[in-house]
Amino acid sequence: MAGLTLDLIALQLFTGVALGAVYVLLAIGLSLIFGMLTVVNFAHGAFYMLGAYAGLFLMTQGVNFWVCLLLVPLLVGGIGLAVERVLIRPLYGRGIDYPLLLTFGLSYVIVELVRIGFGKTGYPVDTPELLQGAVDIGVGYFPLYRLFVIGATAVILFGLWLFLERTSFGLIIRAGARDPEIIRVLGVNVRRVWLVVFGLGTGIAALAGLLAAPLQGVIPEMGGPVLAEAFVVTVVGGMGSLLGAVLAGLLVGIVVSITSLFAPEMAKVSIFALMAVVLLVRPQGFFGRAGLMS
Amino acid sequence: MSRKPKQPGISRRGLIGAAGAGAVLAVSPFRINLARAQEAPIRIGFPVPLTGPYGTEAQDQVNCAQLAIAEFNAGGGLNGRKAELVVRDDKLNPGEGATRALELIENEKVNFIVGSLSASVQLAVNNVTKERGIIYNSISQSDAINEAADFSKFTFHEAMTPHLTAGAVGRYVFPKFGKKVAFLTADYAYGHEMVRGFKKAGEAFGIEPLEDIRHPLATTDFSTLLPRIQAMKPDVLIISNFGRDQQIALKQATDFGLKKSIQIVAPILLYTGRQAAGAQAFQGVIGGTSYYWGVGDQVASAKALNEAFGKLYANKYPSDYGAMGYAGVRTLLEASKAAGSVETDKVIAAMEALKYDYYKGPQYYRKCDHQSVQSVFIIQSKAQGQRNPSDVFEVISTEAPNEANLRTCDELGHKA
Repeated sequence: MAGLTLDLIALQLFTGVALGAVYVLLAIGLSLIFGMLTVVNFAHGAFYMLGAYAGLFLMTQGVNFWVCLLLVPLLVGGIGLAVERVLIRPLYGRGIDYPLLLTFGLSYVIVELVRIGFGKTGYPVDTPELLQGAVDIGVGYFPLYRLFVIGATAVILFGLWLFLERTSFGLIIRAGARDPEIIRVLGVNVRRVWLVVFGLGTGIAALAGLLAAPLQGVIPEMGGPVLAEAFVVTVVGGMGSLLGAVLAGLLVGIVVSITSLFAPEMAKVSIFALMAVVLLVRPQGFFGRAGLMS
Repeated sequence: MSRKPKQPGISRRGLIGAAGAGAVLAVSPFRINLARAQEAPIRIGFPVPLTGPYGTEAQDQVNCAQLAIAEFNAGGGLNGRKAELVVRDDKLNPGEGATRALELIENEKVNFIVGSLSASVQLAVNNVTKERGIIYNSISQSDAINEAADFSKFTFHEAMTPHLTAGAVGRYVFPKFGKKVAFLTADYAYGHEMVRGFKKAGEAFGIEPLEDIRHPLATTDFSTLLPRIQAMKPDVLIISNFGRDQQIALKQATDFGLKKSIQIVAPILLYTGRQAAGAQAFQGVIGGTSYYWGVGDQVASAKALNEAFGKLYANKYPSDYGAMGYAGVRTLLEASKAAGSVETDKVIAAMEALKYDYYKGPQYYRKCDHQSVQSVFIIQSKAQGQRNPSDVFEVISTEAPNEANLRTCDELGHKA
């Protein structure tokens, strides 16, 4: 291939990392909910889309982007709380396919409601003024906004880590994920923990949607492909492992990016090829615990 | 019973069908209606992808087609015989399109079919209509539908072809913006045909085609393809994709700063797409279109369509693909009027003789392949100086109708 310089490869790798950051953000909420609740949340893509639309709605009401970054996860996370309380909770202890089917149906309902409310056509979301344009990162120009997304992802991950590892509520969550029975015996209200975790997961999904909106605009169906990608990342990283989701997200980003350089038409397939290979070698993914699905 | 099978002689299926229908007619009270059948409305089947990614365009096609019907009926119809539209959702799926077409012919007894919004769906519909001997006027771009293998005398193509569209845009862009041309292309028939058209038109200008990067349909992130395009240092980047792919590609190319040194070009700039993706993403991008409402400043029939459409639909403007829906239906209705009948062969002859100017200047169907010879408008997306929110493009050039810009009848495999 002509014109294959070191700079290009470096820029391509960096693009891969940036794309990976988006994948990580997508997968982390899904992984969190599955790891703690063993609920496979098929409405994840719908919450992601809701986040983008909530941001769009707030911005047309004059709320600025930075405030939206705070409000949107709270708003959609709140919807997530209601969904857990009303719809998911009655299904605990009934086997993994019950919440799976429920959330699958729920995603259709949410998408349809958004179509009714906002129309079938998409809307543009302009990049916040402060983050417009591209900057020279040494090996080539890169959009400022994508750098911001990498940074935002890092901050969200760090915050999540602090919350789970350094707070007493985080300790309860982790313990609850290991053995809900014992936690209950110890007098902890596990249901409240699960409620919070579900809200947190949907809030992060919404934040990912909001961050993606200036990259690609919003449309009711935007959650569809995202759900597939998030699942691949989660499966490759190991269902329920946050560290796995982070590493797998970055890896998927880099694999897609390098494949795009040499065989762009294969880029989409490469994600699934990677998943197939990983599953053949390590059926539980990078850091997955065996037997979580059973 | 006036529909003729496509081959001379009667097929076995046709014979059984005719015999069956005859038997039913002979014994049923339905036969008394036979005399009145002449007064039954002219029915036009209209399969378009109402659900799916092009739903907005499809709805606009329906709205415009309804306008053509309303005008025909208000004008007294065909000696008092009114027309009606039978709309079906083809879901952007060739199988669904063929099924709907068959249902329209068998159950709804439509006289003609107009519609589709995808190259592959129109070919599927065309297969059904040519087998059944029903006239089909396609209102979506395709090169293949005019080729001898797919064409039949029942096939008409009101839409432009990729060869014509890409050629017109290329002829405008190449002399002005440079010879080094890179391609970013959706990996399916539409994209491939467009690139072929650009390369063919580019030969005359001595362009140097760089790489043609193909991406799968429904790509949501183009970031990994853009560094490579930047490294090629092209003068012109031609992005041949459609709908949301186009919106996202343009948005992200803008974010990556490609517009600083590269003129971005698209074979077709969609009115609805520009409204969905916003001014920022489309700013400065040049492309072609079959119709844009701003053409009304120069073309009287376009102005008339804008006004009629605005009256019916709350001051909105017809979109590009919508306007084709209007023309696709109106040509058939006017041809029926000219023929004084909806008999297939008479209408075909009338369509072939039609010289019309319904919405974009003079047009006619070329005899050998029933391709509508028409003008192509070159438009550029506006960022400022908009008269109203619908004022999104500027018409920067018009390529007049010219058969020389189409592939020749020979090339398409039609024997003289």
